[in-house]
Amino acid sequence: MTALPAEPMLPSPFRIVKVVRELADTFTLVLQPEAGGAFAFRSGQFNMLYAFGAGEVPISISGDPADDGQLVHTIRSVGPVTQALGALKVGDVVGVRGPFGTPWPVEEAFGDDLVIIAGGVGLAPLRPAIYQALANRQKFGKLIIMYGARTPQDILFRKELEKWRSRFDVNVHVTVDRATGQWAGRVGVVTNVVARAGFDPLHTTALVCGPEVMMRYAVDMVEKRGVPTDKVHVSMERNMKCGLGLCGHCQWGPHFVCRDGPVFRFSEIAELFPVREL
Amino acid sequence: MVQIEDLGRIIDEHPFFQGIDGKLRGLLVGCAANERVDAGQYLFRQGGHADKFYLIRAGSISLEIHAPGRTIMVDTLTEGEVVGWSWLVEPYRWTFDARAQELTRLVSFDAKCLRGKMEADAELGYEVLRRFVPVMGHRLAATRLQLVDLYGPAE
Amino acid sequence: MVPGIGTKVVFERNELDRLITALRERQYRVVGPTVGEGAILYEEMTSSADLPAGWTDSSQPATYRLNRARNGRVFGYTLAAQSWKRHLYPPRQRLFRAERAGRGFRLSGGGGDEAPMAFIGVRACEMAAMQVHDRVFTQDGFTEPGYVRRRQAAFVVAVECAHAGATCFCASTGTGPAVGPGYDILLNEILDAGRHVFVATAGSEKGGEILAGLSCRAPAAAELSAAAAQPASAAAEQQRRMSADAAGVLSRSAESPHWDNVAGRCLTCGNCTMVCPTCFCTSVEDVTDLSGDIAERWRNWDSCFTIDYSYIHGGSVRQSGASRYRQWITHKLASWQQQFGTSGCVGCGRCITWCPVGIDITAEVRALEDREQGR
Repeated sequence: MTALPAEPMLPSPFRIVKVVRELADTFTLVLQPEAGGAFAFRSGQFNMLYAFGAGEVPISISGDPADDGQLVHTIRSVGPVTQALGALKVGDVVGVRGPFGTPWPVEEAFGDDLVIIAGGVGLAPLRPAIYQALANRQKFGKLIIMYGARTPQDILFRKELEKWRSRFDVNVHVTVDRATGQWAGRVGVVTNVVARAGFDPLHTTALVCGPEVMMRYAVDMVEKRGVPTDKVHVSMERNMKCGLGLCGHCQWGPHFVCRDGPVFRFSEIAELFPVREL
Repeated sequence: MVQIEDLGRIIDEHPFFQGIDGKLRGLLVGCAANERVDAGQYLFRQGGHADKFYLIRAGSISLEIHAPGRTIMVDTLTEGEVVGWSWLVEPYRWTFDARAQELTRLVSFDAKCLRGKMEADAELGYEVLRRFVPVMGHRLAATRLQLVDLYGPAE
Repeated sequence: MVPGIGTKVVFERNELDRLITALRERQYRVVGPTVGEGAILYEEMTSSADLPAGWTDSSQPATYRLNRARNGRVFGYTLAAQSWKRHLYPPRQRLFRAERAGRGFRLSGGGGDEAPMAFIGVRACEMAAMQVHDRVFTQDGFTEPGYVRRRQAAFVVAVECAHAGATCFCASTGTGPAVGPGYDILLNEILDAGRHVFVATAGSEKGGEILAGLSCRAPAAAELSAAAAQPASAAAEQQRRMSADAAGVLSRSAESPHWDNVAGRCLTCGNCTMVCPTCFCTSVEDVTDLSGDIAERWRNWDSCFTIDYSYIHGGSVRQSGASRYRQWITHKLASWQQQFGTSGCVGCGRCITWCPVGIDITAEVRALEDREQGR
């Protein structure tokens, strides 16, 4: 056995320097370590965020990996801990443990068309990969972002999507499940967009994140288009309590999603994907 | 005749009829016409006679349901897609409103003309239906996914 | 003279007291088998009077009985109801305490000043279980500090089994009944024709030093052969065995119809996970005092049989009992190999004994195997 380690379950205090209300139920916290210094991470990784007295939740990092001076998390209020985090204000402190998990293999995609498929709040864990791709834009063929949301009011990072769409070297397709007549964009599921988007299937890397059902159908469509499954990557969600492969909760077949994931190469988990209640 | 040759090329290049046999394409061209619809204009309205169907060459069409006080968009169709199959099913009436979201260029096919040719030529009839059925299947699957309300709040 | 590692000595039964005293004098909290709540329990002890001399246990699927033995054997029982996991990785551990300070809070760590423990009566399967946990809690990139601290400090007195319980199957999992390396002292209890002695093997320098403080003599040849025969006869008594291809069978059985059969019996009570010496899953609990200024975070044992275990936004992944039993047994026997390079089952049989409906892990693997082969 090795020498006695530090306490891996003890969070570090980070102060909130900015709060952005993104959507009715979604907000972004910008954090800085109380102790000073930087926070290095890779796109796709997550942290365990602790709200004093309420508990801890796994939240993916939604900021730019090139900017380690601040830590950015985009959070959807769905339970008591995320609601407690949502009640915090600039100057308040949260506990942070991490970063944990596997990254999006953005460098691996150099030379390929990069296809990013996001659904709902699943755009948040992909945003660091988008920043990374934009910073290395000349190293890719096409850069295509396909994003599905519930309604036009639920489009996350709308201003940024509009900014990216205005670039000549990025294709952004946004589609919503339902809309009223005021919406000038697409209606329909994101798989419809995948079916038609112009990319070279044999030289494409796809990064997919969203609800599990959406990912199943999106990957299906990407596969139908002819993209090899070892170039398709998905980010899985399971109940993560420790981030260390220790509490057992996030197991998915032989994998600890917190440690062996959340980003998986699809060819390596293709057999697990359709198994129900695994 | 120049116009008809043009239509033949457009039909050939559109994904919907891609690879169709030359003889059958000739039959299609006889029922086809170029059309354009400006942003905000309706291609057809719910309940109207479904006397055509369309291939989108450029632009986008939204399928909508009008309710008092609001319009609900249910699908968007863009370049390379086909619009409308009510012309195949009696009593040949449109199920939705179809409105151009931008200037949209299409090829339209006269339903009466084409139905007549399909009745007379089973090969053409089969070829047209063979191409419509997967589109219908795909749209049904997509609609079911929309029903799931993937991004909605948990129960 | 201090017995070197591997050296065997013999001491009389009444020297057990001195063994316990010697450990206590070295500041160990001595934990060993005691009788309580109608079962053998591993609890703190102060003298050999706490040991279950004259008691034996009988384990059957869904049945455990403590019986009076006809002899005064000290280690005449097979296993305690719960394993040493309770001491090395307690059911409830405080992770930290947080105190509000201005807009933030101050954190202090969980603990770490507990006395080192000496375990008396560790069986072969239980030692194997500790070694499984050593891998679980010492992974690439991190170690579980509380476990590692307690484990490194622990003194292990192993006792080799002379008999097997009816639910034992360690011979088929390769984890017993002979005790492998890792102990400080290994004991074989010899009770025959008026003789009641222990053959003791030093497994470490620490172990040798403790033995040096007891009144020992060199073993007789008959004593050595009696000790050597014990694990072999305990193996021969075992009535159950785990399939050698358990990992393979389970990795191919995700969609087996047999899961519904098990689910028809399984109460998803989680007893098997609580008594299993290798199950390590935990959950966390956050508590605050009434003022709301002091918060604590606790880690509690959890079970993959609870519905909340797999909860994600939108609902639990494993709703059915069938999927939860499949998760437990597949993890134990198959996924564990991929995760930690070893099986998670050490053949102790506790999950069979303490299952209220007597579900037998070896029989379930056999049933899956039979289905697979169309039997």
